[in-house]
Amino acid sequence: MTDNKTTPVDEGRRRFLTASAAMAGVAVAPGVVLYEIAHGKPADEPASHAVRWGMLIDTNQCQEGCDECVKACGEENGFGHGTRETDSQWIRKVELRDMRTGRTKSLPVMCQHCAEPPCVDVCPTGASFKRPDGIVLVDRHICIGCRYCMMACPYKARSFVHERITDQNPDVPRGIGCVESCTMCVHRVDRDQQPACVEACARAGHGAILFGNLNDPNSEIAKRIAQYSTMELRADLKLNLGVRYQGF
Amino acid sequence: MSGAAKLGRRAAGIWAALAALLLATLGAFAAASGERAGTAAGRTPKPVLVIEKGERCVEDTAYMRRNHMKLLLHHRDDTVHKGIRTEKHSLQNCINCHASSKNNSVLGSDENFCQSCHTYAAVKLDCWDCHSSKPKQQAATAAAAVAKAPVSAGGKQ
Repeated sequence: MTDNKTTPVDEGRRRFLTASAAMAGVAVAPGVVLYEIAHGKPADEPASHAVRWGMLIDTNQCQEGCDECVKACGEENGFGHGTRETDSQWIRKVELRDMRTGRTKSLPVMCQHCAEPPCVDVCPTGASFKRPDGIVLVDRHICIGCRYCMMACPYKARSFVHERITDQNPDVPRGIGCVESCTMCVHRVDRDQQPACVEACARAGHGAILFGNLNDPNSEIAKRIAQYSTMELRADLKLNLGVRYQGF
Repeated sequence: MSGAAKLGRRAAGIWAALAALLLATLGAFAAASGERAGTAAGRTPKPVLVIEKGERCVEDTAYMRRNHMKLLLHHRDDTVHKGIRTEKHSLQNCINCHASSKNNSVLGSDENFCQSCHTYAAVKLDCWDCHSSKPKQQAATAAAAVAKAPVSAGGKQ
């Protein structure tokens, strides 16, 4: 709701900062600028609009039958590998099949971290919000569990916690009666680490998920997006997603 | 106006007399029950705080007693909305210092740090519906152990 008001300002600011970072890169020394941007923010600094976190999923690298990312997500964020309808799913492997050619694809789908998130638009309490660095979150202190955001999400990315939870990861508080979804492992990102699924995919030897700052033209993710054809899921909705797919 | 004030004064007088009477009765009762129980602690058990670590808290004890909830509320909003993850005034930092060595938690019995005072003051604690009541270190070391092994495996690829 408040987001609608701030968005035009944010985007202007984003463009300005991106442009000035690029100019500084040319004017001073590219290495210095790279170093400055590539490193995470200090713990006492708020997330800034200069960064927009994103993921690029290379579907050619993603293996059918592999669910290392899903497992790692569950372990990191404190939920099991449940298959019941009521179990939380922050990330799921989706199998696609072309009916005419029989060509199949398997790829992970999670919260797409929209720049214009419908969940934030509909949330009646302000619990659904977007951080300045583009990560879409639920503030569980404010969430009343109405699940309006779950209905608004075009990607079915959000889950509702139906049961009492104990033994949470101290970094990831979760509780009954709240909606939750992929946080891009925000607690890790704030400490300059990669999300758990990205690390797990690299460990499994696939390296299908690339995480980085979309606003930094020198980042690996921005370079790849500039070089290769990538797509957003349901691009027709014009939500400007933080997660992009390559190799369909 | 003056009539009302007079009424008010009279009412105040009556209340004062009543309060004095009540206190006297209570005092007598407390003395009697104290004798019955035979303890110096009185009828209400005081919180038994066992502070294992941290001789000095992040702020003065008196300030923390009165304002810890405000500090936590402020830090909570800063963390969730802005991503500020400093340790001072964070709930995790409280837990890291104040978890009991008996059950590795700030909850569990009336000797545990958070629960003891909150039981005494009859203030409901709902932080722990979502937050872990155990320190972070263990989780961190476990995660590091898990992370170490597969990284070497990934290196072979």
